[in-house]
Parts: sequence; structure tokens; C-alpha cells
Amino acid sequence: MSLKIGVPSKGRLMEKTFEWFGERGVELGRSGSDREYSGFVQGVENVELILLSAGEIPRELAAGRVHLGVTGTDLVREKLGRWETQVEEIAELQFGFADLVLAVPAAWVDVGTLDDLDAVSAAFRLNHGFRLRIATKYHRLVRDFLRENGVADYQLVDSQGATEGTVKNETAEAIADITSTGDTLRANHLKTLEDGLVLRSQATLFRCLSTPMDLDEKTAWVKLQEMLALG
Amino acid sequence: MTDLSAIRAEAARLRAEFEAAGAEPVETSVLQPAEVLLDLYGEDIRARAYVTSDALRGEQMLRPDFTVPVVQMHMEHGAEPACYTYSGKVFRRQEDDPARASEYFQAGFEIFDRQNPAAADARVFSLFYNMLSHMSLRASTGDIGILMAAVEGLKTTDRRKVALRRHIWRPKRFRALIDRFSGRTPVPESRAELLQIDDPLACAGPMIGLRNWDEISHRISVLREDAKANPISSEEVRLIDSVLSVQGSSDRSLEALRDIAVVMPSISPAVDRLATRLEAISASGIDLSKLDFEASYGRTQMEYYDGFVFGFYAENRSDLPAVASGGRYDALTRQLGRGKEIPAVGGVIRPGLVVALGGAR
Repeated sequence: MSLKIGVPSKGRLMEKTFEWFGERGVELGRSGSDREYSGFVQGVENVELILLSAGEIPRELAAGRVHLGVTGTDLVREKLGRWETQVEEIAELQFGFADLVLAVPAAWVDVGTLDDLDAVSAAFRLNHGFRLRIATKYHRLVRDFLRENGVADYQLVDSQGATEGTVKNETAEAIADITSTGDTLRANHLKTLEDGLVLRSQATLFRCLSTPMDLDEKTAWVKLQEMLALG
Repeated sequence: MTDLSAIRAEAARLRAEFEAAGAEPVETSVLQPAEVLLDLYGEDIRARAYVTSDALRGEQMLRPDFTVPVVQMHMEHGAEPACYTYSGKVFRRQEDDPARASEYFQAGFEIFDRQNPAAADARVFSLFYNMLSHMSLRASTGDIGILMAAVEGLKTTDRRKVALRRHIWRPKRFRALIDRFSGRTPVPESRAELLQIDDPLACAGPMIGLRNWDEISHRISVLREDAKANPISSEEVRLIDSVLSVQGSSDRSLEALRDIAVVMPSISPAVDRLATRLEAISASGIDLSKLDFEASYGRTQMEYYDGFVFGFYAENRSDLPAVASGGRYDALTRQLGRGKEIPAVGGVIRPGLVVALGGAR
């Protein structure tokens, strides 16, 4: 069988990934029309390109349906329990940088650190009768981070998009979301906590650990490693 | 896979033993109202509850344990004193370890008794001890009440005590608070700046969200007040540390705590309660010189327990959760009792683990 590599199917992530591989002599590209999600690989034998949404790649990797995959560290750690037992980081690709941060209204002049957030959560629960809501789509990462730092009396509420707007809409009091420049946060009158960096993420090449490769796949993998100048 | 019918049979057998020990069997619904009950659990159980909903009853959850529903039932219409047993499945989402079960059996035993808490503690513990004695498990015990008393006795503001008490179950944050209240760590820059500005709200920008200006200015005044409070002395920090580091056999730990109580009299009543409990445990035939005690035991996992805590663990199987665990949860009855409260203690055995470890009878 051929070695399958999962790559984000659109946008900058796809283009940057193609570029990264291209610079190393492995040409990846989409075949057919813009709407068709199939691709080609040139420069190395027996490697198949699978175009997927970046969010699906962690699970496809864990299930062994792709041998290699390019996606954000944030998505792998959010979607896979004990991610390090399921996938291996092969290379950080130096693009797709994004920080998962905790942010609160900029008007909260009394809140600068997690310590403050925790104290405010306790008071908020007393005053309002429910726990301070933090809107996010990164439940596992945020919960682990807050547990690790001993923050209590909060609740996570799910937000799959436009998370920065939840505070203004009064469906949350704080948020945890990906930001690269912080512009969106500022535009929505939010500020990050000084020690509220949950995770630094970038596009990364991962390898699936669960499914062994057959001989053909192994040969292709050895060749690919050589070309990409890995390990 | 362990045989489900074997686990079910073991659960029934354990419940029958609890009944033979004087408990009345009770049932609770699998579906519990989520809104009220979820709030009572610690972050971990809360995050792991299966929450669902129906159009009539609103948000419901699959019971993540029996204790909370049993307490609720007792607070509504239980006679005193009472002793209950139950067995059945509990449900907890697993997010990290696929080897851990997301539904499993518990068989439990709970005592509601205001006459003699120490005797009730000993009764629960020795019952569990004897029921599990054929399995050569390691028993761990602790007492959250001693640390609570130590915090209560600190020469500092009530606000600081409340903050510390709230984080007894989160050792890292507890430590960070102690360090700051004692001046060991400097005030964060943002806090220092805030305290220097006369009217910090003046340049705060537009307000969004539910937390309002009053809440913010109230907190600022609290922070100003706190900045004036004297630091907790290094002597007191040392005492808290020495309480937390007490560990060893129960009889020696008691001695160590008595020594600390000489210079920290605030923990004396709690240490006396420990002594009375140990006497009762010893009277039931358990050798105190072989029973482990750890003052910080139960601080990370025992969510709503606030006094005596215990757990039974398989030696050399740190991959397994506790085979049995329990403790005293007086505060929970206060929260659920709407003004009423009753001292309560209890615990659960996991029949699935008993079977897996070859301990089924």
C-alpha cells in the first residue's frame, strides 16, 4: 500500500504545507478542479496525498487512516486523549503560529493574572448564583490548564465560532481562544491574562503511532524522511 | 473484559454485606437533575458528567455517584439516625485514558448520625477494612478537618482564611496563596500598579459582559484593604507546612500532630477528634501502628469530603484507581439541606475492581 499523508484541504495552511514540502523536493498539489478534494504527490514514489479539514486530521491520524498528517498542535492536544501515545511529532513547520489564551474584558482593571480570575470567579458565583462562564472550543486544553493552575468556580461553555463576541452578548464572562496578533481580542474590548497562555501552537507534521506500516509504506517513509531531511 | 454478571453479582453481595451491617437499601434514579447537583461536585466530576436533556425536566445528567442523590433524599425525608446502602452503575466521561471505564458499578454505605461522629467514622472504616481484608490492599487515611482547623487558626484576615479554605483541595493554588499572603512572592506588577492609581475605573474603557462596575470597584476596595493586612508570619507558614508533612503510621502521626498542637492550639480540637476516632478504630481490632495516615491525603481527589478520608489501593497497581474510598462530608449536607445539616460519613467499593483483582467471593 502507499504511504498516506493528510494535509489541510484549503486556505493558507494548505498552501504553506505545499510550500514546505516543495522546498524539500516533494511536490504536493491538488488535482482537478478547485472543488475536488484529491491531490497528487511528485518527487517520491508511493506516497498518497489525502486532503482533509485540519480539524479532522488528528482523529484520522489516531485511527491510522493516514500515516502522516499536518495540523496544529492545538488540535492534536485538544482532540486526542493522551495524544503522545497516539501520535509522534516529526517536525514543526514554522508557520500557522497561534496562541491559545485566556482573555477577559479589558474593563476588568482588577484582573491581570489567573490568581485574579480565580478570586473573581468565587465572587461572581456568590453575586450571580452561577459559575463564571468561559467560552471556548478547546475544552480539554482549557480545563487541564485551569486545573493545573488551581482555578475554581468557573464553567466552560461551548463556543464553536465568534467566541470573542460571547462576552458582549452576555453568554460568557471570559473566553479562551486562538489568537495570533491579539487584534480581534482588542477590537472586542478583551485583554489576555499575563499568565493566561494555555498553549503555543504551530503547524506540525505528525506520524501515527498506532498502525504499523507495511514494507512498501516503510520504504516510502524512509525515502520521504531523507528528502525532508528528518531524523 | 471482566464478566459483567460477575461484577453485578459481587455488587449485590457487597450490598448484602452492608445490609447485614445494619444499612437500609435505597435506590436512586440514573437520571438526576443537572443544574442543582452539578454545582456541588468538584471540577473533575462535573466536567466528566454525561449531561443530556429532555423537554419536560430540562437538563439531566447520568448520576456520576450515589452520595449526592442519597444525601439529597435523606435531607428531604430521612429519619435520624440513618444508615443506607446502594449498588448500581455510575457514569463518568473519560477523556484521557481509554483503559478507564466510563460506566462502572459502585456499592456504598452511608451513615447520617449526629450523636457520635468519631464512632460513625470508625464504623464505616472498620466495615470496609474487614470486607476487603482478604485482598491485601493498602489502606490510606487522612483528615481534611485538621488542615481546615490550621487555616482557621491563622492570625490573618477572614478574607484570607476564606480564600485558603476554598483551595484546600487544590494544593498548588493553596501554596501560591500562602506564599503571597506571607509576602514570600512579590505582589504581581499589574496588582501593584492598580493599587497606586487613585481612580482605576476612570480609564477602564467600555464595559461589556455581566460583571459590572460595582463588582469591580468592590474588588478594588477589597484589594486595597488586603494590601494593608500584615503578612502571615514565617512561623505560621512553617507550622502549616509541618501539619501538611505529617505522614506515617496513625499512632505516630497522632503524636506528631499533638506536638504541633502545642504551638498551634487552633488544631487541638481537630486533633482530639482524630484521637477519638483512632481509639474507636483501634477498639474494632485494627492495629494503629500499621495503619497509614497522611495529613495531605485526599486533598486532590476527594472533592466534597471535609473531615476523615480514606481509600484502599491495590499494591503495585498504581494504574488502578482506588478499590474503595470514602470520608466525612458534613458540609455537603449543609449545602443540600437548605438550612438543615447532619454529620455524615460513607464510602463506596468498586465491585469491578474487586472482581478484576480476584477478590470476589
